[in-house]
Amino acid sequence: MMLIVTSLLAGLVFGLGLIVSGMANPAKVLGFLDLAGAWDPSLALVMAGAISVGAIAFAVAGRRTTSLIGAEMKLPTSRHIDRRLVVGSMLFGMGWGIAGFCPGPGLVALGMGEVKALVFVAAMLAGMGAFEWLERRGRVATLRSA
Amino acid sequence: MAIDWNAFTPWSALAGGALIGIAAGLFALLNGRIAGISGVVGGLLRPARGDIAWRAAFAVGLIGAPVAYALFAAWPALQVDASYPALVVAGLLVGIGTRYGSGCTSGHGVCGISRLSPRSLVATAVFMAAGFATVFVLRHLLGA
Repeated sequence: MMLIVTSLLAGLVFGLGLIVSGMANPAKVLGFLDLAGAWDPSLALVMAGAISVGAIAFAVAGRRTTSLIGAEMKLPTSRHIDRRLVVGSMLFGMGWGIAGFCPGPGLVALGMGEVKALVFVAAMLAGMGAFEWLERRGRVATLRSA
Repeated sequence: MAIDWNAFTPWSALAGGALIGIAAGLFALLNGRIAGISGVVGGLLRPARGDIAWRAAFAVGLIGAPVAYALFAAWPALQVDASYPALVVAGLLVGIGTRYGSGCTSGHGVCGISRLSPRSLVATAVFMAAGFATVFVLRHLLGA
């Protein structure tokens, strides 16, 4: 139950940060990604602000064996850089550059009743569903060949 | 490169960024997890017992944030220039790409770099570069 409350709170604060920073607005994100045009560096400062606060929290979190509400710590430990990471990130960056939406701003803009955000989020969920389907199929294929 | 000083909003960017950092930090300290939006939401499509409610709550928080914001001020204007077909292509690429790449701007960009994760540093460099290249091609080569 506690996990649900803390997750809701974190989502809310995260969303407020996206609105305050201007990052819920795709035109502003594209203004950052358009290096050759009239460049808006704001997104870099959003990252700087988030990372400077986040670095402190993660330094503390990294030393803990249970969370403050007693949940299991599930911070990733993998350091392996593979093709999935690179190709996946490349596809994500392309999609990000096309519309100026990444997952968080898509959901926040959806909360503002933006119809275009609804279309983006629906397609994003379809893409995530396609990934799950391909993964399951791949796993079955691997099991059969093993 | 020419900086658009009229569009540049350094203070609200830093303040909003700090809020995002607080949210990601709270998530790590309280829940022991990475506040990666693609990972949290994508996990809803892989339903497992006891693993649905907190993910849904995080998404509800994000979608509900505009309502909370409206208690204090009017929403800033959104501008979505992409056409509907472009939004569909963008959404599919973002959905598949973030799941294969294990993260997006929040999980890799904010949380991963905060932890100095080598995977996240590479992922962020790659999706930023792909974003820059895509906008360059669309705006300056194809003139869309």
